[in-house]
Amino acid sequence: MLKVNNLHTHHGYLHVLNGINFELSEGELLAIVGSNGAGKSTLLGTLAGVYRASSGSIEYKEKDITKQNVQRMVSSGIILVPERRQIFSSLSVKDNLMLGAYHRYRRDHKNVHNEYEEVLELFPRLKTMLNRPGGLLSGGEQQMLAIGRGLMANPKVLMLDEPSLGLAPLIVKDIMQILRKLCDERGATIILVEQNVKAALKVADRGCVLAHGQIVISGTSHELLNDPKVQEAYFGKVEAAKV
Amino acid sequence: MNSKSLKLIYNNSILGPIIFFVLLFCVPLVSSSNYLFSILTMVGFYALVCIGLTTLTGYAGQISLGHAAFYGIGAYSSAVLTGTYGLNPWVAIIIGAIISAVVALIVGIPTFKLKGYYLALATLGFGIIVYTLFKELSTITGGSNGFFGIPPISLFGFEFITDTSYFYLIWIFVFFAILFTRNIIHSRIGRGLRSIEGSEIAADAVGVNLMNYKLQIFVLSAIFASVSGSLLAHYVSFINPDLFVANTSIFFLIMVIMGGKGNIWGSIVGAAMYVLLDEILKHYVPMLLPNVGGQFEIVFFGILLVLTLIYMPDGLVPRFEKLISKFKKKTPTNGALQSTISANATGGDNK
Repeated sequence: MLKVNNLHTHHGYLHVLNGINFELSEGELLAIVGSNGAGKSTLLGTLAGVYRASSGSIEYKEKDITKQNVQRMVSSGIILVPERRQIFSSLSVKDNLMLGAYHRYRRDHKNVHNEYEEVLELFPRLKTMLNRPGGLLSGGEQQMLAIGRGLMANPKVLMLDEPSLGLAPLIVKDIMQILRKLCDERGATIILVEQNVKAALKVADRGCVLAHGQIVISGTSHELLNDPKVQEAYFGKVEAAKV
Repeated sequence: MNSKSLKLIYNNSILGPIIFFVLLFCVPLVSSSNYLFSILTMVGFYALVCIGLTTLTGYAGQISLGHAAFYGIGAYSSAVLTGTYGLNPWVAIIIGAIISAVVALIVGIPTFKLKGYYLALATLGFGIIVYTLFKELSTITGGSNGFFGIPPISLFGFEFITDTSYFYLIWIFVFFAILFTRNIIHSRIGRGLRSIEGSEIAADAVGVNLMNYKLQIFVLSAIFASVSGSLLAHYVSFINPDLFVANTSIFFLIMVIMGGKGNIWGSIVGAAMYVLLDEILKHYVPMLLPNVGGQFEIVFFGILLVLTLIYMPDGLVPRFEKLISKFKKKTPTNGALQSTISANATGGDNK
């Protein structure tokens, strides 16, 4: 479904992504893990069209989308849920969710309303606070709102950037289970970028470890969880994991 | 009338502006003071600029310190086209608005790639450039001596010469500006703009074309400022570059922040507060400090801006709204409680 070939991205003089290659099948949950500065967020940003790739290609359903901008990516169904949730804090929960369907509301408003109901079924907590400003929600609720907003865009590929950031372990568990449920029950295709390696790999089908802009280890999540190098990396020694 | 109907009138309905303007237009029935109408007319000029600026600042989250330039472009376009070339003032207003829109577009494309302070500085620089051009292109603009003999506006043979007639004219423009802006705010574009103000990263992620919307709203606010400047030129019949210095842009921003950025009613309140305080200052400061120069206004309004930002960052109108909602919470009536419950149940707009 999504194929990334030898992807390079620069931030100014900084060579952040240094030849990324991976493939993603429909309905798959791929976890991309790694330490700070490994290039995880830049990878998602490049896939979402926020950053322009210096070279390499991104193919979606066998079509080259490398040079598409964010609006085109969103229209294609490649949706990013950005780091730190980025809730519209002064807008209500309902408005936040509706903004998720911003690009397609005019031509598809009937389905948007159906999906709005589905998102509320998935996150019943949000149902009780539809009129509350997004900024007044707890961290976990904001993350649910951010995912809900992403789902309102009718994603073909949903990309989440560190959804567990700053959340209590129990909430993280809830969020991860929801992501798994999205894949199992709705056939969603998800790329999950996480520093919380254990939590991410527990729900993912496959995983990649990113270090210095390169994928240094990849495999099924079971393989990765039992890999001693990953375990070392998980405890902060990414250098040791470099193959 | 229960609280729900009041809320509807205030937030969404056309009834709010209609009631406000009917009351305003009744003022000539109770007073014939030219001074009062000249004050209200000035409030109208500033309100028209601030309605555009509050949409740009409060909804799109962009700070412009160059709106006096568009105000000036409108004024000088009208002055030159009617005074020098003898064009109809209405045609001149439209041409002025088109020139401002094109200039806004040209300035906006590189400028909106900047963020925060850089954007404010870039627009400030633009304002200074335009002010210098007004001053230096003396063969066209009259330079520092100003431009004399701008003809009054007329419609179907009726000339807007008196303060009262001009009061009606400018506030009709403000009325339509409010309706137009409210339509935008409550539309898909409005949601997009508010998302930009909330978080540019998230707005980008949901597919809002940031550059496009910022540009559109910048152009719209430039048109409002330009029309206001044109009307001012025909009202005062003489303009000079000092009306459009960088301080004027800062005063516009102070009006917007004082009234409440992102609140259309706040633009009117901010403009009214500014004009009122300015008149009070002009009256009392020379009495209290006889030797003080003409720059005391900027000092006073500078202090007022700082105090507003510290103690009332939302501005007067949102603060007033908060006070009212607090008061309502303290004294819940059955009707209010019922309306709150039903609003929650229907998932209505909480604004």
